[in-house]
Amino acid sequence: MFLIEYLSKELLAQYGVRCPTGHRAKTASEAQAACVKIKAKKYVVKAQIPAGGRGPAGGIKLAATPSVVHDEAEALLGRNLVTEQTESDGELVDAVYVEEAHDLASEAYIAFALDPYSGATLLLTSGDGGTTFEGASRSQSNAVHSKALNQDALESEIAEALSGIGINDPDATMQIFGALEAFHRNDMLLLEINPFAQTREGGWMAIDAKVHLDPSAAFRHPEFERLFDDYKGQHTESEAQKSNINLVALDGSIGVVVNGAGLGLATNDMIVDQGGQPANFMDIRTTATSFDIARGVELLLQDANVKVLLLNVHGGGMTVCDTVAEGVALAYSRSDNKLRCIARLAGVNADWGRQILKDRKVPVENVTDLDAAVGRATEIAGAA
Amino acid sequence: MSILIDSNTRVIVQGITGRAGTFYTDQSMRYAANYVGGVRPGRGDTMHLGLPIFHDVKSAKEATGATASLVIVPAPNAADAIIEAVEAELEVIVCVTERVPQHDMARVKRSLQSSQTVLIGPNSQGILTPGQCKIGVMPTKEEKPGHIGLVSRSASLTSEILANCSAAGLGQSTTVGIGGDAIHGIGFVECLEKFKEDADTHCVVLIGEIGGQEEERAAEYLAANDYPKPVVALIAGRHAPVGRRMGHAGTLPAFAGLSVDQKIDALRKADARIAMTPQDVVGQVLAATGGI
Repeated sequence: MFLIEYLSKELLAQYGVRCPTGHRAKTASEAQAACVKIKAKKYVVKAQIPAGGRGPAGGIKLAATPSVVHDEAEALLGRNLVTEQTESDGELVDAVYVEEAHDLASEAYIAFALDPYSGATLLLTSGDGGTTFEGASRSQSNAVHSKALNQDALESEIAEALSGIGINDPDATMQIFGALEAFHRNDMLLLEINPFAQTREGGWMAIDAKVHLDPSAAFRHPEFERLFDDYKGQHTESEAQKSNINLVALDGSIGVVVNGAGLGLATNDMIVDQGGQPANFMDIRTTATSFDIARGVELLLQDANVKVLLLNVHGGGMTVCDTVAEGVALAYSRSDNKLRCIARLAGVNADWGRQILKDRKVPVENVTDLDAAVGRATEIAGAA
Repeated sequence: MSILIDSNTRVIVQGITGRAGTFYTDQSMRYAANYVGGVRPGRGDTMHLGLPIFHDVKSAKEATGATASLVIVPAPNAADAIIEAVEAELEVIVCVTERVPQHDMARVKRSLQSSQTVLIGPNSQGILTPGQCKIGVMPTKEEKPGHIGLVSRSASLTSEILANCSAAGLGQSTTVGIGGDAIHGIGFVECLEKFKEDADTHCVVLIGEIGGQEEERAAEYLAANDYPKPVVALIAGRHAPVGRRMGHAGTLPAFAGLSVDQKIDALRKADARIAMTPQDVVGQVLAATGGI
């Protein structure tokens, strides 16, 4: 789960990572008022959305005076910001972060991640940080140094890695050592400080930080819930997540209900191959109940762009066809939208599932062959 | 023959007394008679499902001669359970638990560094050698003994493809679900190595998807090793929009891996045959083997 910038910085600050003084503001006048508390020579106004790529998209603005801060905040707030990492309609900017702007002498990239093969914590460093970093790391594989840390890594290991990119400052080492502790203590999947920069005054600080927390670790972090409350994300998606369903909204007109991530991806591939466009990606988690599934289907029935529902379920050991059918039937019974449903049920309890859809009067059309089912859904969506 | 498990495998279940543990152990026992005991701290010296229960894995292994374990304990305790089985030096551990924290799995991976134990999962449907042994939660109705080795990251897609294969008369030697999580045990490469040595496996079906690096590692391995058996690969997510997170929890943000097209390209260059859809797999297997 991606943490919004100001929360990332608040979290890192608790571990001794220095960040520019800043305040969050929900209105332009709050943003202007924040300048009084910050008392800087100049400011930066940053859109708080749960996605990267804000700089090039116009989501980060320098402002010389509090009144310019006001105007920049006004221009950002209440609008959708589209970056290379958001959906095509962007993310609503409901808050900005106003910070003291610093002149930077040098910018580095620092990150911690887990090595999926050895289980070691990796320290990734580059002497070439900042907004151009992503481009640089994509083009030259040697731009980033990767160091596998010992489990009880010492400050000296951090110092050595930083020295490798030209940072020889005990205070910087202490900060990154603190960041490592934050990475472990908070079950982070990724901690990126980019840039970790030296200001003209000489000190090092985290100008921007990106934190991914592991939602699977929420059971030992009650505070995650509060952090995620601030995480808006796509409403449909977070709504579905609550119901044990992974749902990603797409732009098409065929609503898909599928059990399992792999089958969901393969189904969408087949739809596109046959000339259709899926309205979503769906993966019903194995722990989902029929009530959860009903909630996921309801979200599709509420979507005006969805012209037909394609139900593709291969009942397995954990998600059986009747459970899914029960959920679909429940969603239809709660909705006035009697959208046509092309059902292709196979595997465990497929007959039972078909019986439920029939008995509960879901406007269903059963198709046994998967190719044919996809073709039929595409045909209906095309005619609508 | 088969890989990793067969009719001689002796299985214990960690978490056998829970609701899911009871249900899936019962189903697996009905499938084949490999189950010899269970582990539930605090409930040693009792019986469950007609099997003896032990306080810990080590004593269960000593008493029953267990060679494998099915870990079906809740996520907060899953890593400790796996590590306990690693320390008891079981040959195969299958973990089906979902949502095990990644930092816990990193700890598990470190415990496996100096071990011979093979971990399958977590978040895996398990491993099945048709007619001989089932360790996991996959359905057993559509499988059939035969010569296709199947390895995948997705349970539902495996069910789909397995059903198609069996319907076309193509049975399976062993099917392995490596699990949908970013940090997991055995991967595609290790499975390919084992299928290579298995005389009963004549063709390998590899089911990958968007995200992670399993597919490109498999391609590298195939290209470097002049693999002696035909490999058919399906990579799901060809049309998934770039930059959006789909599929399994799948990948760590720092290890996003190649795009699906690049994965397919790498596998094709390594002489794997590419199936575009689940329905296409059978045709590709037949084309690659001339029927087996």
